[in-house]
Amino acid sequence: MKIANVSGELLRALFSIVIATSLMACGAGESNVLEGNRTGILHYGNGAEPQGLDPHVVTGVPENHLIRALFEGLAVKNPITLEPEPGVAQRWEFSDEGKVITFFLNPEARWSNGEQMTAGDYVWSWNRALHPETGNLYAYMLYPVKNAEAYAKGKIKDFAEVGVKALNDTTLEVTLNAPTPYFIQLMDHYSTFAVHPETLLKFGKMTDRFTPWTRVGSMVSNGAFVLTDWALNRHIKMAKSEHYWDRDKVSLNGVVFYPTENVVSEERMFRVEQLHYTAVVPLDKIPVYRERPNTPYLQSPYLGTYYYLVNTERPPVDNVKVRQALSMAVDREKLVRSVLQETAVPAYSITPPDTLGYFPPQVFRYDPDKARALLAEAGYPNGEGWPGLEIIYNTQEAHRKIAVAIQQMWKSELNVDITLANQEWKVYLNSVSQRDFQVARRGWIGDYVDANNFLDLFITDGGNNNTGYSNPIYDDLILQRAPRAQSREERYALFTEAETMLMEEMPIIPIYTYTSKHLIHPSVEGIYPNLMDSLNLKYVKLHPEQTLSGEVK
Amino acid sequence: MTTLQSSESADLLENAEMGASLWRDAWQRLRKNKMAVGGGITLLLFIVIALLTPWLAPYSYEAQNLDLGASPPSAAHWLGTDVFGRDVLTQVMYGGRVSLAVGFIATAVALLIGVTWGAIAGYVGGRVDAVMMRIVDILYALPFMIFIVLLMVVFGRNVLLLFLAIGAVEWLTMARIMRSQVQSLRQQEFVEAAISLGLSPAAIIRRHVIPNALGPIIVYTTLTIPSVMLLEAFLSFLGLGIQPPQTSWGLLISYGAETMEEYPWLLIFPGLALTTTLFSLNFLGDGLRDALDVRGSKD
Amino acid sequence: MLRFIISRLLQAIPVIFIVITATFFLVRAAPGGPFDAEKVVLPEVKRALEAQYKLDLPLYEQYFAYLTDLAQGELGPSFKYPGRSVNEILFSGLPVTAELGFYALLIALIIGVTAGVLASLKPNTRQDYIPMSLAMIGICMPSFLLGPLLVLVFGIYLEWLPISGWGSIPGDKILPSITLGAAYAAYVARLSRAGMLEILSQDYIRTARAKGLPEWQVVSKHALRGGLIPVIAFLGPAFAGLLAGSFVVETIFQIPGLGRFYVQAAFNRDYTMILGTTVFLSTLIVLFNLISDVAAAWLNPRLRSQLSGGGK
Repeated sequence: MKIANVSGELLRALFSIVIATSLMACGAGESNVLEGNRTGILHYGNGAEPQGLDPHVVTGVPENHLIRALFEGLAVKNPITLEPEPGVAQRWEFSDEGKVITFFLNPEARWSNGEQMTAGDYVWSWNRALHPETGNLYAYMLYPVKNAEAYAKGKIKDFAEVGVKALNDTTLEVTLNAPTPYFIQLMDHYSTFAVHPETLLKFGKMTDRFTPWTRVGSMVSNGAFVLTDWALNRHIKMAKSEHYWDRDKVSLNGVVFYPTENVVSEERMFRVEQLHYTAVVPLDKIPVYRERPNTPYLQSPYLGTYYYLVNTERPPVDNVKVRQALSMAVDREKLVRSVLQETAVPAYSITPPDTLGYFPPQVFRYDPDKARALLAEAGYPNGEGWPGLEIIYNTQEAHRKIAVAIQQMWKSELNVDITLANQEWKVYLNSVSQRDFQVARRGWIGDYVDANNFLDLFITDGGNNNTGYSNPIYDDLILQRAPRAQSREERYALFTEAETMLMEEMPIIPIYTYTSKHLIHPSVEGIYPNLMDSLNLKYVKLHPEQTLSGEVK
Repeated sequence: MTTLQSSESADLLENAEMGASLWRDAWQRLRKNKMAVGGGITLLLFIVIALLTPWLAPYSYEAQNLDLGASPPSAAHWLGTDVFGRDVLTQVMYGGRVSLAVGFIATAVALLIGVTWGAIAGYVGGRVDAVMMRIVDILYALPFMIFIVLLMVVFGRNVLLLFLAIGAVEWLTMARIMRSQVQSLRQQEFVEAAISLGLSPAAIIRRHVIPNALGPIIVYTTLTIPSVMLLEAFLSFLGLGIQPPQTSWGLLISYGAETMEEYPWLLIFPGLALTTTLFSLNFLGDGLRDALDVRGSKD
Repeated sequence: MLRFIISRLLQAIPVIFIVITATFFLVRAAPGGPFDAEKVVLPEVKRALEAQYKLDLPLYEQYFAYLTDLAQGELGPSFKYPGRSVNEILFSGLPVTAELGFYALLIALIIGVTAGVLASLKPNTRQDYIPMSLAMIGICMPSFLLGPLLVLVFGIYLEWLPISGWGSIPGDKILPSITLGAAYAAYVARLSRAGMLEILSQDYIRTARAKGLPEWQVVSKHALRGGLIPVIAFLGPAFAGLLAGSFVVETIFQIPGLGRFYVQAAFNRDYTMILGTTVFLSTLIVLFNLISDVAAAWLNPRLRSQLSGGGK
């Protein structure tokens, strides 16, 4: 009995400790957002801990956001129109029918240590980006440059043969293999950014991947912000750069990036005003936010397509009629309406609509009757004799939902048996690259705004083709005829021809076009919806008087 | 020679009788424990429902109604529907099949390996003990996820294999607990007496050690069942377990937890099913433990 | 006792060695490599990467190179986070996870032992059922459910406690510690109840009672000691297992601990990171299993005398 009293007291003591600590926490300090609005600091949900901050080493969306805050390319994208506008280069000129581009660097462009940026820095950096020992995953971004591919593959040893030259400190001449309409856009991709040669060499060789030059105190960059703190899996802090050429336009005093891996937690952080901006929004929360007056929810079309890869060499999907039947039996409108809560646009082709003025053709539509007829023609009337089909996808809630819904659509419309296999990420990647699947989930996010970035996926033996699809006419259209087109109209007509062909042979089943989805605190101004989900923090302003009003807690 | 034989057979006889009376007494004691009986009946009911699910379930477990979507409980769907418009009651019933199966099969595997391993190590002691327990240490330390990924690659996807794999991981702690029990029992007078009487180790383990260690074994078993159920959910969630549209309580709860504000019924009902099962197990386990306590705390 | 500890420490060497060797080859046998990405990696780039990480060497050379580095305490560069060494990542996450684990186990012990002891004193009464049922909540509510629930109630509706981070806002350690500790509390409660019941029915306890010692003295001086042996045996692996187990809690609360790296390394096929965390984990496991064995022996008077006598 006495022991009971003792433990009772212990429990009470514990309880009072917990309560006391809670009370202490109560009301202690203001929220990140309020504090940030007062001090000009943006609190930014960035989705994940970045692999690193070296523009020639890392890849990925969170890395992109960080690097583009720290660095600036020769040209940047207008945040609204996405058309190129001056960055480090004040202007550029095309000559030799577009095969030579001369960049005139802004003499005010400075590294964060105050040194002037030179054309030579670019030559050195592109050498690094392309060098076979660097192992830059995005080296191919510079492949339109003359001899760049040969250099990256080790066929040419001397970088002087590559088409990039510093004519003087502020003039950079780039020679291309062929006119490349989207090349200026690539200057806003981090793999083409310049790094500060002396800083890198202080820590090691040009091609080293492992050196700590990107750490706080060591890093020299050239963007609107400089790195001030990097706590692994906690936050990355940046402050406004004093040497950035366009610093007068920069309104924020700093940005704090959070590795918000868990989307549900991220949304909750937003709700308690710990974040100004979220990387994504959990699907099930979207209807709730949409209904709010003055909603913080921002959704906009995104340059990416969600589709199913079909292995054209495995029965039963080696038969084009089966592929067409499957594709026509997917009710994309319904899928988007119900499972995706209107956060996507039904897709009937691979290129997203309005990719810099290009609209893909629609070759087919949802048509279960025709689908059944096609399946019968292929030898499976009403699903009889169907050998079974497996869809693989990498483990993720969103993919699971889509697969479960499509599985059921195919079962009920075509009376065919479908099995699902979710695979751990690396296993899935392995299955896809080894083409060890019948149908596999896939998504493609454009690297630059041009239909070519989507259509050249399916050239014969293309690294990202993964379907076994091969058509010499298609290859000729994409590789030879389109690049030589004289006008945008002619080029787009060739793309339409190729894409029509692709959608008739159906090595992929397009499902939907992505959208980008964010929660943005009302105090934030200067975040514009665009196809690349491209945010230039230099234009962001905070208005402290705006609050999350009408917030239901 | 003959005397020895007769004494052995007498031993066996006595052993059998003792065993029988032990079980009979235990059953009598268990029947008096209302909580344990309640737990047992509930569990039995759940098992029967799980076995009969294909006939009892009101809907097909994969039939979707995308236009309906997630709807709260109604006359047509007693426990509501999920985002695909699938009946939650049906989902919970089918989920129970997987969860109960993984709970019992994997635990049985863990129990069998763990108890045997721990008992031998603890009883024999010395070098054998050291080697056996260091093997346990090694298995503890190997990266479990890689192990499962490899199993999946080598043997393909097979639910039974998954159960075995989980069991093969969960036996380690059981072995440690069993060993520490046996080690301390081995020092007890009655075991030492048995040894000095010349009983074979197997007989001692069977007759004296295991019955005395039953309490902790039962308790740990009732703890292993929920932990394997959750492990299955974790693995399935990561794509290493069962495949949709198959489901389990753990999976339903983990999906439900993400939408607990919007569609609470998707969390509450599978949660209730799991909680009821675990509480029943717990009470039954404690009842069994008390009933089988050979020295008995009848006073 | 000292001899026992020394011999166990010596045994640890082959254990850790076998773990390293097995892991080294297991991770390389798993499908998918560290450089596989959604967008195809060009063959020339892949070759360059493999050269930088010495993956182009024959397997046995890689293995001996790794052992050589390891002998010098070098765990190598991370594959997933270029520019960071595994040592650096481990030491950034370790203090956080260790602190989280310590609080969690403390909570588990306080709740669990209290509930278990209370229950064992009056089995099958309300004093048994109520504390045990409360302790059971932790096991019925896995951390992926309890965590968000606590966040919603205490963080969002009541606005009492912060919902993310570790050590940056006062009070942000409370919810994750409770979430992680709750699951263990149920284990501790069940094990201590059973252990106590076992001991309370022993003759020496009856003797102590018969001598007229007050009940609290019987419990605290005589019963607790033996009754908690199963709990102690459980604690060793439990603490080591926290590293893997804290993954979910660390993700929910955005805590910069080691659990996230431990689990993600496997998914990223970050070979050096998997090996680094495994080496570390196996050392911990050996150590904590040893500590819990020593503690169990110390609590068990008979075993203790035997061990101090030099073992068998």
